[in-house]
Amino acid sequence: MSDATPLNVLVLVKYVPDAQFDRRLDPGTHRVERTDSILSELDEYAVEAALQLVEAHGGVKAGHRVTVLTMGPDGAGSAIKKTLQMGATEGVHLCDDALAGSDAAATSLALAAAVRHLGGFDLILTGMASTDAETSLVPSQLAERLGLPQLTLVSEIALEGREVTARRDGDTRTQRLRAPLPALVSVTDQFDEPRYPNFKGIIGAKKKKTHTLTLAELGLSAEEVGATGSWTEVVSSAARPARTAGTVITDQGDAGARLADFLADQKLL
Amino acid sequence: MSTTLVYLDSPSLAQGSEPGKADRELLAIAASRGDVVVAVPAELPEAATAALGAYGATAVVVPDAPLEDQLVAPHAAFVAAAAQDAGADLVLLSNTGEGREIAARAGIRLSAGVVTDVVAVGPDKTFTKSVLAGAYTAESRATTGIAVATVKPNSVEPAERGSGTAGLRAISVPQAGPAARIESTEEKPLSGRPSLDDARIVVAGGRGVEGDFAAVEQLADVLGAAVAASRAATDAGWIEHSYQVGQTGKTVSPQLYIAAGISGAVQHKAGMQTAQTIVAINSDPDAPIFEIADFGIVGDLGEILPQAAAEIQRRRA
Ligand SMILES: Cc1cc2nc3c(=O)[nH]c(=O)nc-3n(C[C@H](O)[C@H](O)[C@H](O)COP(=O)(O)OP(=O)(O)OC[C@H]3O[C@@H](n4cnc5c(N)ncnc54)[C@H](O)[C@@H]3O)c2cc1C
Ligand SMILES: Cc1cc2nc3c(=O)[nH]c(=O)nc-3n(C[C@H](O)[C@H](O)[C@H](O)COP(=O)(O)OP(=O)(O)OC[C@H]3O[C@@H](n4cnc5c(N)ncnc54)[C@H](O)[C@@H]3O)c2cc1C
Repeated sequence: MSDATPLNVLVLVKYVPDAQFDRRLDPGTHRVERTDSILSELDEYAVEAALQLVEAHGGVKAGHRVTVLTMGPDGAGSAIKKTLQMGATEGVHLCDDALAGSDAAATSLALAAAVRHLGGFDLILTGMASTDAETSLVPSQLAERLGLPQLTLVSEIALEGREVTARRDGDTRTQRLRAPLPALVSVTDQFDEPRYPNFKGIIGAKKKKTHTLTLAELGLSAEEVGATGSWTEVVSSAARPARTAGTVITDQGDAGARLADFLADQKLL
Repeated sequence: MSTTLVYLDSPSLAQGSEPGKADRELLAIAASRGDVVVAVPAELPEAATAALGAYGATAVVVPDAPLEDQLVAPHAAFVAAAAQDAGADLVLLSNTGEGREIAARAGIRLSAGVVTDVVAVGPDKTFTKSVLAGAYTAESRATTGIAVATVKPNSVEPAERGSGTAGLRAISVPQAGPAARIESTEEKPLSGRPSLDDARIVVAGGRGVEGDFAAVEQLADVLGAAVAASRAATDAGWIEHSYQVGQTGKTVSPQLYIAAGISGAVQHKAGMQTAQTIVAINSDPDAPIFEIADFGIVGDLGEILPQAAAEIQRRRA
C-alpha cells in the first residue's frame, strides 16, 4: 500500500449484554434483555487488527481512516466510544426503533445499506461472532450482499499493495488466503490481544465525531428490517435448569482412586 | 413428502470412504422427513455415491465442473443451485465455521432464513438450539419457504446402512461473485485420539497443567477420551488451538467432561456445561468450576490424574 493512497477501513461492532452477568431472554419476545451492555469483546480484535494495519502504513497521520459502525439501540454509542478511545477515527451509529428484532438476514441487509451509503471502503473488518447470538452469519451475508471477497475467521492479516492476505485456521487445516481490495475480513481471537485505551486515547476520543444514521437515510422501510423483515423467528424459549454443585472432596492421597470409584458408580468406565 | 438437501464436504467422501458420523446424523434427519438429496462439492467416486445411497440418499448432486479454489462463495452458489434443482424446502449443513459461512451465503441467494447451532429438527421445521452459552433452549423457525439449518454433531442417532441406491447428477453452478483465492492449505496432523466433536468422554487441561499435558493425555487414553484445553493453555502454546473448548473454541456435550487445572471462567463453561457429568480437579477450593461439577476434587492434578489412570487400568486388568 503506497502511503499516497490513504486506506479507508470500516470496522463493524456489536453492542451486547455483558456475559459476566446473568443474561436473560424476554419470555414474551424471546429477545435478549438489554442489561449492562458493552462492546462485544470479540469485536475488539477486529478494531485492533484495523489499527495495526493502518499503523503499519503510517498511521492516521498519513490520512488513513478507521471508521466504526454499529447497528444498535441508543446505548450502543458507548461501544463506539470505546473503539474511538482505542484509536478509531470516527463512529457511525445506525439507530432506529424499527431495527429491533432483526435476524441475521435483516441485520446484514441494513448493514449492507449503511456500507453502501457511507461508501468508499477498502476493507471491512468484523469480529468472528457476536458474544450474544453467536451465529457468525452476518459477515458472510454481508459479503454475499455486497459482492465482496470474504477472508473469514483469520488470525493474521496483511496488505500487499492493493491486495489483502490472511491466515485462516480451521479445525483440521490452515489456509492462506488472498484477495484484491475491497474485501471483507473477520478476525478471530487468535489475533493479537486488543489494546486498552490509554489516557491519551481517552482524551483524544472526546474530539472525535459519531454520526447517527436512520433507516430513512439508507432508503430502507421499517418493514424490510426488524421482526417483519426477518426470515427467521424464535417461537419459544425456556431457561435450562442451572447446574448445581455435587460432591466436593479434598485429596487425602487417595483422590485418584475415589475418582475411579465415582466413574465406576456412574457407569462411565 | 418433503425434500431435504444435505450438504456434505468431507475429504473422505471424495476418496470413496463411507460418510462419517456427523454426516450420517444429517442424513438421518433428512430421511425422517422424506427425500434426501446429497450435494457434494467435488467429483465423487462410484463407491461414495453407492455408500450415500445405502445411508439413505435418494440422489447425489455434484457440480458439473470443479469449483474454483476460492473461499466459500462458489460452494454457497452450488448449494443454492442444488437446493433449487432438487426442489428442497430444507437445507442442512454441519455447524462448522465453514458450514455456517456457506449456509449464510446460500440463505441470501435463496432468500431463506438460516438457523445455526441446531440440535433437533422437529416436524414443520422447528429448530431447537441452545443459546446464551447453554442458559436457554430456544425453538426457531424460518418464515420463508426454504429453511437453511446448520446442525451440531452428537444431536441425533446417525443413519444406519440400508440397501438403498442413489443416482448421481451433475448440475451447473452459477457465477458466485468475487471470492478470496485459497493459496495454500495445510492439513493439521491427526492425534489418533477420538475427535472432540464426537467423543463420549473428554479430559481437559488448563493453566494448572503448567505446560505439561502428559497426565491429561494419559488419563484420556485410559478412558478412550478426547483431549481438550482451556484458552489459557492454548494461548500459552502448550497445545494446539483446535483443542480449545469454550465460547471461541468448541462446544461439546459429552457424557463425561473432566476439567483439570481449569478455573471455570464463563467463556470456558459456555463450551462444556451441557456435558452430562462434569468432574473438576483443582487445587483452589474456591474455583468456580466446582459450582457446576458433579464430582469435585480439591488437590494437585499432577498427583490425582496419574493415580486415577493407574487405578482404572488396574481395575480393568
Ligand atoms: C439467542 C439468539 C439466537 C439467534 N439465532 C439466530 C439464528 O439462528 N439465525 C438468525 O438469522 N438470527 C438469529 N438471531 C438473531 C441475531 O442475533 C441477529 O441477527 C443479530 O443482529 C446478528 O447476529 P449475531 O449476533 O449472531 O452476529 P454474528 O453474525 O455472530 O456477528 C459477527 C460479526 O458481525 C458484526 N455484527 C453483527 N451484528 C452487528 C450489528 N448489529 N452492528 C454492527 N456489526 C454487527 C460484528 O462485527 C460481529 O462480530 C438470534 C438471536 C438470539 C438472541
Ligand atoms: C472474548 C473471550 C473469549 C474467550 N474464549 C474462551 C474459550 O473459548 N475457552 C476458554 O477456556 N477460555 C476462553 N476465554 C478465557 C477465559 O476468560 C479464561 O481466561 C480461561 O478460560 C482461563 O483458563 P484456565 O481456567 O485454564 O486458567 P486459570 O483461570 O488461570 O485457572 C487455572 C486453574 O488451575 C488451578 N491449578 C493450578 N495449579 C494446579 C494444580 N497443580 N492442580 C490442580 N489445579 C491447579 C488454579 O487453581 C486455577 O483455578 C475467553 C476470554 C475472552 C475475553
